[in-house]
Amino acid sequence: MSVTAEMPMSNSPDQVLDLIRAKSREIRRHSIEMIYHAKLGHPGGDLSVADIIATLYFGVLNVDPANPNDPMRDRFVLSKGHCTGALYSTLAERGFIGLYMLDTYMQPLSMLNGHPNRNYVPGVETNTGPLGHGLPVAVGMAIAGQIDKAPYRVFVVMGDGELQEGSNWEAAMSAGHRKLANLTLVIDRNGLQQGAPTEQTNALEPLADKWRAFGWEVIELDGHDHARLLEVLGARGTDRPRCVIAHTHKGMGVSYMKDQVSWHHGVPNAEQYEIAMRELA
Amino acid sequence: MDLSPAGPGQLFDCRGAYSETLENLASGDDRIVAVVNDSVGSSKLGGFGKKFPERLINVGIAEQTMIGVGAGLANGGKVPFVSGAACFLTARALEQIKADVAYTRTNVKLCGMSSGVAYGELGPTHHSIEDMGWLRLLPNLTIIVPSDRWETAEAIKAAAATEGPMFIRVSRMPVPDLKRPEGAVFRIGKSETLREGHDAAIIANGTLVCRAIDAAEQLAAEGINARVVNMSSVAPLDKEAIMAAARTGAVVTVEEHSVRGGLGSAVSEVISTSHPCHMRIMGFETFQPTGSPEFLFEHAGLTAEGIAASVRAVIAARDNA
Repeated sequence: MSVTAEMPMSNSPDQVLDLIRAKSREIRRHSIEMIYHAKLGHPGGDLSVADIIATLYFGVLNVDPANPNDPMRDRFVLSKGHCTGALYSTLAERGFIGLYMLDTYMQPLSMLNGHPNRNYVPGVETNTGPLGHGLPVAVGMAIAGQIDKAPYRVFVVMGDGELQEGSNWEAAMSAGHRKLANLTLVIDRNGLQQGAPTEQTNALEPLADKWRAFGWEVIELDGHDHARLLEVLGARGTDRPRCVIAHTHKGMGVSYMKDQVSWHHGVPNAEQYEIAMRELA
Repeated sequence: MDLSPAGPGQLFDCRGAYSETLENLASGDDRIVAVVNDSVGSSKLGGFGKKFPERLINVGIAEQTMIGVGAGLANGGKVPFVSGAACFLTARALEQIKADVAYTRTNVKLCGMSSGVAYGELGPTHHSIEDMGWLRLLPNLTIIVPSDRWETAEAIKAAAATEGPMFIRVSRMPVPDLKRPEGAVFRIGKSETLREGHDAAIIANGTLVCRAIDAAEQLAAEGINARVVNMSSVAPLDKEAIMAAARTGAVVTVEEHSVRGGLGSAVSEVISTSHPCHMRIMGFETFQPTGSPEFLFEHAGLTAEGIAASVRAVIAARDNA
């Protein structure tokens, strides 16, 4: 773990969990603020992924904001690239970009595009947005690590609806075939895609069986349980790639957004914004 | 690469120059890896795989993942040469090329094998006469269409030595070694004038350059001196050379590609906005029928005689205007 002001090495496990919990709350608050001011965004997915991404950046990833291109860094790929509310908030809280930059989210000429661009935002590894791109790129990163026998790990966070893209299954097959133990995929399994539940649109279940059949280790957990996330994501896979199916709630943390498909890309009005910020206090 | 045994009339498949050069480069640079979609044989990478088994990454028949894996390998510090039949490499994975390679600006070298109508008899699904068109729309992506095995080898060396995304069109249609002045150098973004002339200019690339030279020789016998420009660098484009060609007042472009979107379009964008002149664009008009590559070239008039006829026509249009 790199030593920065945000990440003192001396933290005890309980302190790490406290930090992750606090950062999860900040990431949710920033996300709602950014979307409220931009009048655009994807609050449902930002809130469902917040605990996963906070656990990675404040408890797992070996990354250093002072040296974002360190060849030995862990790689994090947000394949659900529309959830930049959560991503930029995390990068700001972790020190990759200034917190003040969050005010520019999706404003004209801002570096903080609706989908991330690595050429503008330090800490972003690859430009995502179209779904089904993150896992193939992450497989390439993991193969590079495997060839070099490098210690770094590669993490991808993907939305569940995104699994309807065929490119993911090409990459899943490759990763299983190559036994990429340095690769961890987290599926943000909130059960909702933009217009309806995944199971009503193009069913994913039995999802765990699918990944096992492709040669992956599968772990299912509560994607809002920081302790469990830290325990599972902190450990490297043994002899094969690891798929973590994180059961989450879209809109988690804001009562009127939770599990509501309409908040995939809804924007809160002034009254809803006040309620959300109160609930996330 | 040993280029010496080329006798008169001898023709070469450029894939050999590609794989031989890549193997040589890889011997001295362990960052170089090859990524294929089950196309080890058709990309002539069997030897590479024997020498560097860990560095030949065959993702199977999965073009989208092939491009994504290439981008990920580049992120991990490798210099990936991603090779597959140009028709599948570019069309099947176009969004990956756009987002993961061009927009992310990753150091990925895309090698479109057997481009154009090399798979003539197999039909339009296997022809790649659209690749220059759709790739030319992507910012950040260098596009090189080598004319013979020397230029193929030089383009591969330049790709390895230059940071950034690149597409190289590697032909399997046999072509002769072009005659070049001693000490000729390949430079990205620069064309080469293989024959001087001020009556008209033929701008060609890839497998059609040798035919453009033959056409110019036929025309010379009639007293027409046509310049021949090898525009292997389609992006970035050598605009100065195009403007100079336009000053003849009669330009013909020739490519193993659709007449829409490729070299002819690129040249006409420069000419129409900077130095309008009479112009003909030679290539394929539509989906091609079945037939050998040579048959399809003749069918589309892509022969020395056909090119010479276009030059005469464009000169006549200029002079009668």
